[in-house]
Amino acid sequence: MKYAIFCYGQEGVTDALTPAQDEAMMRTIGDTSEALRAEGKLGASGRLMTTSSAVTVRHGGAQTLVLDGPFAETKEHLLGFYLIDCDSLEAAIDAARRLAKGRTPGALEIRPLRTFTDPSPRA
Amino acid sequence: MSELAWLEATLGASRPRVLSALLRYCRDLDVAEDAFQEASLRALERWPRNGAPRDPVAWLVLVARNAAIDRARRGARLEALPHEALLASSEDAEAEAMERIEAADYRDDVLRLLFMCCRPELAPAHQLALALRIVSGLSVKEIARAFLVSEAAMEQRLTRAKRAIAERPLPFEAPGAREREERIGVVAASLYALFNEGYSASSGALHIRAALCDEAIRLARLLVALAPAASEVLARNALFLLQHARTPARLDARGEIVLLEAQDRARWNRDAIAEGLALLEKARWLGAPGPYRMQAEIAAVHARAERPELTDWRAIEACYAELERLQPSAVVTLNRAVAVAKLSGPAAALALIEPLEPACARYFNYFGAKGALLRELGRPEEARAAWAHALTLANTLQEAAHIRAQLDQLGAGA
Repeated sequence: MKYAIFCYGQEGVTDALTPAQDEAMMRTIGDTSEALRAEGKLGASGRLMTTSSAVTVRHGGAQTLVLDGPFAETKEHLLGFYLIDCDSLEAAIDAARRLAKGRTPGALEIRPLRTFTDPSPRA
Repeated sequence: MSELAWLEATLGASRPRVLSALLRYCRDLDVAEDAFQEASLRALERWPRNGAPRDPVAWLVLVARNAAIDRARRGARLEALPHEALLASSEDAEAEAMERIEAADYRDDVLRLLFMCCRPELAPAHQLALALRIVSGLSVKEIARAFLVSEAAMEQRLTRAKRAIAERPLPFEAPGAREREERIGVVAASLYALFNEGYSASSGALHIRAALCDEAIRLARLLVALAPAASEVLARNALFLLQHARTPARLDARGEIVLLEAQDRARWNRDAIAEGLALLEKARWLGAPGPYRMQAEIAAVHARAERPELTDWRAIEACYAELERLQPSAVVTLNRAVAVAKLSGPAAALALIEPLEPACARYFNYFGAKGALLRELGRPEEARAAWAHALTLANTLQEAAHIRAQLDQLGAGA
């Protein structure tokens, strides 16, 4: 069984950290990640860029709708996670539109990744 | 990360929203600031012990509001409070207040606070000082140091600015769409001034004041949160990030200016560049090009070039041409001339900038650039004259030192 772990926190707070503090935080997280990886438990991981870089593709009606900003309504929950590699935002939106096909009504949020590592979990 | 770092970051990040919410209860900036200060002290005392609240902003508003009420009871200045606020210490009232704050959108309050500090009636220097004091929470001492004035002078400047805004209070009604846009525009212009002051000081011994750039970026993020779909707001944030990414390479070990072409690009901040490029791409997707978009596009071309010779000068020239169309100015044309020099040679560039001389008579960069073009054209005497004139217009010691180094090289080469 594989799990996705989504990290929630206050963006304003991480933004308010000094570079040195941010580095220290990432070093600690990095150490833990290394340990988990050595145990064969950790696969791809990434840090998301600022929520202001987010775009949302809404679907469910006759047509999909591309919206600015993160998908933030708490009545609905995050259901999946994809990693895609595209040359442009346009292409990423296109991929999301195709991924939206056949689903129950919901939303796919596209966010540029800040950092990205992609080893496969051993187990 | 240390607990203190997290606490400080949380308090700093919460400050604009807490203060702007508090202003609804106590209409006086000083009272709101004191109350925030008191709530911060309590947070530093309690959060490490009891763990942080799930909604630090709501917690701080509540505690600060109660602190203000306590003070009012002790006879401190406070204007009429809603009666229900006096009940705020009970559990029910606490839960209700939390919910109300969670549900409320802080946007208009925060925008109001920003706009209050950046109102056009205030002198630009007062706007920036006030925003740094009120919204960013920098100490008077820090702001005084950033603007190279004495603490007493800065204190006086802030007192005067506060008095001016107290005399003409802003209404609390939510602004209409058009007014909101106007306010955002006013705040944006101040942030741009703040960033530029940090990026290239208008006077003094310190050429770069990174702390001002950091604050401008932080405030720009705040503005993006207020207007998430505004292409220019996003583009401005991207511009700040892309420009500031170069800061670690802009001065050498001796503190002297390193021109873009000579900068060690390995020292550029790659995280800031990546974020800037992502925001720029979204700004591009959101709307038609505006002045900030074009400036961010130019910064992005530089950021993408791994080596100076890989710079896409054609793209830069096109961006400046578009910027000239959107916002014609001698400074923009001067910058376009740098790209023209790369594409078509120094003679074409010189022909482009010579008509600008009357408009640029007091502009350091004009004579710096003119000198460089003349030298490239093998006219060292005229280059010397241009640079000698630039020297008289230098704004900072570093600018002067940079021109002197050019003059020395000219002497050595001749």
